[in-house]
Amino acid sequence: MYEHDVIVVGAGGAGLRAAIAAHEAGADVAMVSKLHPVRSHTGAAEGGINAALQEGDDWELHAYDTMKGSDYLGDAPAVETLAQDAPEETINLEHWGMPFSREEDGRVSQRPFGGLSYPRTTYAGAETGHHLLHTMYEQVVKRGIQVYDEWYVMDLATTNESDPNDRECHGVVAYDVQSGTIEGFKADQGVVLATGGPGQAFDHTTNAVSCTGDGHAMAYRAGAPLEDMEFIQFHPTSLPSTGVLISEGVRGEGGILYNNEGERFMFEHGYANNSGELASRDVVARAELTEVNEGRGVDDEYVHLDMRHLGEERIMDRLENILHLAEDFEGVDGLVEPMPVKPGQHYAMGGIEVDENGQTCVNGLYAAGECACVSVHGGNRLGGNALPELIVFGKRAGRHAAGDDLGEPEIRTGYGDDVEDETETELPVQPGDAGLDTSGGVAADGGVTADAEGILERKVETARERVDTLMDKEDGVQHAEIRAKLQKAMTDYVNVFRTEEGVKKALEIIRECRQEYQDVYVDDPSKTFNTDLQQTIETRNLIDVAETIALGALVRNEFRGAHWRQENQIRDDENWLKHTLISWDDGEPSIFYRPVILEGQNKTYEPKERSY
Amino acid sequence: MSTQQAEPETQEAPEDPEMKGAESPAAEEQKGGGMVDDHAEKKAELEGETVHLKVFRYDPEVEGKQEPRFDDFHVPFEKGMTVLDSVMYARDEYDSSLTFRHSCRQAVCGSDAFFVNGKQRLGCKTQISDLEQPVRIEPLPHQEVVKDLVVDMDHFYDQMHTVEPYFQDEDTPPVDDLDEQRQSPENREKIKMSSRCIWCGACMSSCNIAAGDNEYLGPAAINKAYKFAMDDREGEEIKEHRLRILEQEHGVWRCQTQFSCTEVCPKDIPLTEHIQELKREAVKKNLKFW
Repeated sequence: MYEHDVIVVGAGGAGLRAAIAAHEAGADVAMVSKLHPVRSHTGAAEGGINAALQEGDDWELHAYDTMKGSDYLGDAPAVETLAQDAPEETINLEHWGMPFSREEDGRVSQRPFGGLSYPRTTYAGAETGHHLLHTMYEQVVKRGIQVYDEWYVMDLATTNESDPNDRECHGVVAYDVQSGTIEGFKADQGVVLATGGPGQAFDHTTNAVSCTGDGHAMAYRAGAPLEDMEFIQFHPTSLPSTGVLISEGVRGEGGILYNNEGERFMFEHGYANNSGELASRDVVARAELTEVNEGRGVDDEYVHLDMRHLGEERIMDRLENILHLAEDFEGVDGLVEPMPVKPGQHYAMGGIEVDENGQTCVNGLYAAGECACVSVHGGNRLGGNALPELIVFGKRAGRHAAGDDLGEPEIRTGYGDDVEDETETELPVQPGDAGLDTSGGVAADGGVTADAEGILERKVETARERVDTLMDKEDGVQHAEIRAKLQKAMTDYVNVFRTEEGVKKALEIIRECRQEYQDVYVDDPSKTFNTDLQQTIETRNLIDVAETIALGALVRNEFRGAHWRQENQIRDDENWLKHTLISWDDGEPSIFYRPVILEGQNKTYEPKERSY
Repeated sequence: MSTQQAEPETQEAPEDPEMKGAESPAAEEQKGGGMVDDHAEKKAELEGETVHLKVFRYDPEVEGKQEPRFDDFHVPFEKGMTVLDSVMYARDEYDSSLTFRHSCRQAVCGSDAFFVNGKQRLGCKTQISDLEQPVRIEPLPHQEVVKDLVVDMDHFYDQMHTVEPYFQDEDTPPVDDLDEQRQSPENREKIKMSSRCIWCGACMSSCNIAAGDNEYLGPAAINKAYKFAMDDREGEEIKEHRLRILEQEHGVWRCQTQFSCTEVCPKDIPLTEHIQELKREAVKKNLKFW
């Protein structure tokens, strides 16, 4: 058994920032990650970091833009914390040597991005995430922070009180990919989940193969609710064949979208008469699919993104990386022809419910970054707001886990007297594991809560038994088949446009996947680097997470941000200014709602029509 | 780039249609008979063309894989298919034990550097149609093989850490003044290419010197040091400290400018030029003390 004060799970932007912060607060911190830190998907972020750095800009403007972008589903304390802390955190990265793009006077460059009232997106070429990731990993090396890389965290060691608000997380159980050893990692002060997004629940995604929602699923099964999972951002400009992302920076620099008739449809068809291509991402994604559905798509599949008019010099200076991506992954030369693009799953606004200090309702369990929902992004994330979230809330989670006093949070978590139960929607199938599976999230036996070490040991034992069962089975279904079926169902029915009938269909297929998973087996008999085993465990996580996305999409019968429902195509502020929360509840998920907080420090954010 | 010029070679493909999409005859024997997954077979037959892969296999603890061997896979060709796509297909449809690292699929995580047809390449950014068949896919040379295409990267990481790969400056303004250090666009441009490294290890694997001298820092680590040494935001003293690390016995002077690292770098970093420039900087520094 390993033991540290703070265990950070995942080593992308949020995890690295949390680890550095915990270390600076004096804790003995270790990172446990299924990838070496520099392999993390933060490295693929292209656009930039929103931060009100310049004279004339103001954190309150950033907060306002973010709240409007969220379609009034962001919580004001979270949104304001992001806007207030982003400038300092961005400058901090510069002081750590991050190679930001520069102006003639030597200051860091900022550019316009969709949904922003001021050009406040700080960037490093079109490779901002790569530089952010490497810069922070450098700081982890400098501080000598222990990294257990290629250790796959399978489970949390959490106590089993009946109310999740009374539970406590004492550590994690991880699997050494290289050797097959399973060990407990005891966390004396806290566990920070920073495991990234669940994009692999969809089959056309900009996300890495590693983005399998592991942290979501583990926290969910341990009793922390998942929040606003129905809000999935589909990025308007992904390459059709692979899902590789073409940065919003292209449109920020002046790139134009055309349909197959050569019309600049964002204006000519009235989707966004003021902002055009730079409208919020959900607006542009729906516009593109509407063009395709109405027969104005190229090859009935995509639209064109043209940047040729920017000229070679400007493209090479600011968007060179885009040329490589278009060439390598689509065979298109962006200097001489327009690039084909279509919406692809890109980001999950929802996630593990946390407060401004990163803490879940389970004591000692934290989450930060894309796997968490503070909630900053509400119904829709603005471009350039993910990276500041990583550094602002990664830092807060790390500090709080290490014992720093950050004050009482305003955001509440877990089931409580301020929530409202879901009572109206009829579910087509029984979600959850319904007793078919033995790998729940809390310590299994019903006895009195044992000491931390006892709980961890029991969980290690359970994990070993689970792996033995998967490995010993001689035949059955392989995870790849189940995963493909799940991904297809999500992209077919829980995509940009959603109907009640379609989402119900998806829930039925997810239920089938869950049943098929009972017969899953691992063919590779090896203990050494068994990716077959790892992916089989990941697939279970994807099933749990996909189900929460579909459940959220079913119950929320309105159109807000990235979530569109055919049956009620309006934003219904009277009934839906509230977060959707789904709690695993011993394998029989329950759904409840918590009101959104629109009261900020100096003002209340009154919901207005979101037009661009 | 053309994606359709390659007509897959067929002469090496097994005659028997039962064998389509399966492993080599040798592998079949080890599996105990000519069993081919029905689903896989159907999928392979649906498409016209197939791509012939010869993939290195090794597992220290599985009987039949302890002696390294090559397995043949025939995967249906699709427009735009990369080497990574092809091995993912082979794994998901034919043999789930086929093991390799991969994550982002877009040449930024640096996980999937393989030795493809005798050259270090990133699997995700190498088009199958640009390669001669059969496509031979092996783990990176000069590194210990863990299993199949997975190599031990620990030595590579150790060398990266040797050059103190983190920004060092004592004069940075306080963060809460919100005042950034100034850097000219020209200086940022100067370090741009060096900052693109994704730690894939292709350069180190291609380098003869690194193969013969285990302590040689290697192109990636030297390039990492270049990024800091050329950054005007770090002071002169720190630069001199960096040059002292680089001019040690197993540092820049070991490079014999064979350019193999530069040739294989998937991010087009001019590694050899960077090493040469650091040699000149080291000479300049030493002259200063005469």
